[in-house]
Amino acid sequence: MILARAPIILVLPALLVCAGTCLPALWLVLRALDADPVELLDIVFRARNALLLANTFKLVALTLAIGTAIAFPLAWLLTRSDLRARRLLSYLVVLPLAVPGYVMAYALIGLSGYYGFLRHWFGVSTPPLYGLWGAALALSFYTFPYIFLNLRAAFLGMDPALEETARSLGKSRWAVFRHVTLPQIWPALVSGWVIVGLYVIGDFGAVALMRYEVFSYAIFTQYSGAFDRTYAAWLSLMLLALTLAALRLQRMATRRRGFARTGTGAARQLRPVRLGAWVWLAGAGIALVVLCTLGLPLTVLVHWMRFGLAALDVAALAKAALGTAIVAAPVAALAAGLALPVVLLSLRHDTRLARMSERLAYLGYATPPLTFALAMVFFSLQAVPVLYQSLALLIFAYAMSFLALAFGPIRLALLQIGTRQEEAARSLGASPARAFGRIVLPRLRRPVAAGGILVFIMVVKELPMAWILSPTGFRTMSMNVFARTVEGMMAEAAPYALAIILFSSLFIGLILKYEGEGRS
Amino acid sequence: MKTTVLSGIALLGMTTIAAADTLTIYSGRGEALIGPLIQQFEAETGIDAEVRYGSTSEMATLLMEEGDASPADLFWAQDAGALGALSERFADLPAATNETVLEVFRNPANKWVATSGRTRVLVHSTERAAEDLPQSISDLSDEKYRGRVAWAPTNGSFQAFVTAFRLTQGDDAAKAWLDAMVANDTKVYKNNGTQIEGIANGEVDYGLVNNYYLGRYTAKDAEFPVAQTHFAAGDIGNLVLVAGAGIVEASDNKDEAQAFIDFLLSPAAQQFITLQGNEYPVRTGIIPAATLESLNTVSEISPKVDTNTLGDLEGTLTLLRDAGLL
Repeated sequence: MILARAPIILVLPALLVCAGTCLPALWLVLRALDADPVELLDIVFRARNALLLANTFKLVALTLAIGTAIAFPLAWLLTRSDLRARRLLSYLVVLPLAVPGYVMAYALIGLSGYYGFLRHWFGVSTPPLYGLWGAALALSFYTFPYIFLNLRAAFLGMDPALEETARSLGKSRWAVFRHVTLPQIWPALVSGWVIVGLYVIGDFGAVALMRYEVFSYAIFTQYSGAFDRTYAAWLSLMLLALTLAALRLQRMATRRRGFARTGTGAARQLRPVRLGAWVWLAGAGIALVVLCTLGLPLTVLVHWMRFGLAALDVAALAKAALGTAIVAAPVAALAAGLALPVVLLSLRHDTRLARMSERLAYLGYATPPLTFALAMVFFSLQAVPVLYQSLALLIFAYAMSFLALAFGPIRLALLQIGTRQEEAARSLGASPARAFGRIVLPRLRRPVAAGGILVFIMVVKELPMAWILSPTGFRTMSMNVFARTVEGMMAEAAPYALAIILFSSLFIGLILKYEGEGRS
Repeated sequence: MKTTVLSGIALLGMTTIAAADTLTIYSGRGEALIGPLIQQFEAETGIDAEVRYGSTSEMATLLMEEGDASPADLFWAQDAGALGALSERFADLPAATNETVLEVFRNPANKWVATSGRTRVLVHSTERAAEDLPQSISDLSDEKYRGRVAWAPTNGSFQAFVTAFRLTQGDDAAKAWLDAMVANDTKVYKNNGTQIEGIANGEVDYGLVNNYYLGRYTAKDAEFPVAQTHFAAGDIGNLVLVAGAGIVEASDNKDEAQAFIDFLLSPAAQQFITLQGNEYPVRTGIIPAATLESLNTVSEISPKVDTNTLGDLEGTLTLLRDAGLL
């Protein structure tokens, strides 16, 4: 530990994060108190909720398993092997992040069925993939890049000397992997799991299309069928309790580990592993992943475009793109700017505030967006009615909701940078601020930017909050997509969905450039 | 660059404390259908209108959360259930407004007015279910239909149908039907559109939906393998439902909101909704959508249920929960 007491410059942003992200939970408690005890027992503690919870667990587990099975080999191949065009391939496997969930679900459903390619090309109409497997595949196909990015950064940042030393001491490849590599990438893997797992818990779009009933289904029903905020609040609180349990697990799984280089001199560049004849298998695997996770949704969109292109209003598209940028860019900057102090506090000053702000940020991320937005409606009308339905409030709400996405790259970079060089600077007489500013901060620029872009891409494609909180008449691209799909007009929505993917694809290259210190 | 930054900053502070003569509409109906109507309204009346689009339930929940502070002047909802749930927050409409619309669609309490009508229908595969169609929803629990029928228990229109079932035949009968349908392996879908796609995909052969969805598929594809029909006259499966609008009590622009409602009920707007949306007009003298049965036939075969009582959802939700559907 370098600093005994947390400096105010870290404490203030952390306090702001605490305040912003605890609002939904507070609002939920307020609403929950309205409940009538008899009905409460009826709705909240009925057997079906247990079934929905069990389904939620299954879905999270399967999604993480599929996501890891895709991401792990990819991350290794694209950082450690002598595969060619690794930069381009990395870009292609991160691109599915930009695909909106409903598009991915439709793509899988559309693979077979009446409108499907199978019928189109071969005349076979088979019932589509539904249920647990359908939902897990759809979700993992566009969330696996979170796991990939975490693993990639971990692989790139690792000091090769450790593995080489272990090998030179006679350990087998497997033993090196098990005892040296895995422990080093473990925190990155777990933080990828948390981001994907919490997303899956709160998602409703893809699971509803896949007809798999999970816990978010129960919450949705309360709002949509009963217009009932009270019981929806109880169910949301149960969801948040689940999130807290998951975070506790994460903490237990990654406690107290050091990953920084302790040796002197510069880390050696790793010599890539020669794939030899295996290159064909690797290439085929990567091609399959790109085909499924990117080719499939794009083909479905183009398929729909045949009908929808005529209805495209270019001026409206431009206005929506501008609206998206005006919201997403400040959200990304704010979220990344707040994530840095929170992560710093939690890594270096294991205080109650640090733990709380980090945990609350994850809670905000896991809160169903509609719940989050309604909480913001309530508090802004109470406290700052002037800001109600202003862009400022929308940006604040989005930043609070997606802040946790920026944690991964920043946390990993800080762990890998370590504290030794900074301590050396301090021992030479530099003030704590100066040591940090000269030694750590320059190396944090890229991870902070990478974190910001992850937030940016999420804001571009997600929407429920924009419906509730944006100024009336304000438009983003995702709002335009939904305004059409809600009336069942998939073809008319397709150009906007495609625009979302293209728009985000411009920024995805930057994540790769900024994460893992650009070496690849 | 500098101007972009400046305009960005200006936009940040932009709020919707709208000018007094701007009408703020919360719409549960999608923009693709509603957008052209709004433009027409602005051109005709000179009143500026701003619309917040979302799903009906999101907008209804938002209105409840906002309470008296709501910036909304008018709520346009996809179903009577949402309008009923918000009745307390609506201003009274002049009695003349409801007198404009056909009797089947009227809201005697004058809290809201129907803007279009729709009916519940049976959609079926043209390949696997073309002949010997069921005559009543109660037929669908026969062994013959096991695993072949789709429904959408979370859908507002479906819930309104269950409410009407309870009101006409009693809770016990409704529960018995739901249980029999569940036991017959009826497949749960998200909404109306996905049921129709499910039939085309070959997953199921029948579905219980509203009348205006199928037209969106058949308009693009004449060979789309799904058709729709009604049950026998008087069956609850033919229930008539409405989309409608109400003026928010807290509004400062009630006159403009009333002007919008009058516009929606005008022959031109009704004609647009009828043809563009495949729905039923709420007044006479409108050319009907070619693909639909006539409104006269529909009012003859639909069961007599007071649409106002469909706002009573509690019992329906309890029933659906007891049946393990929600």
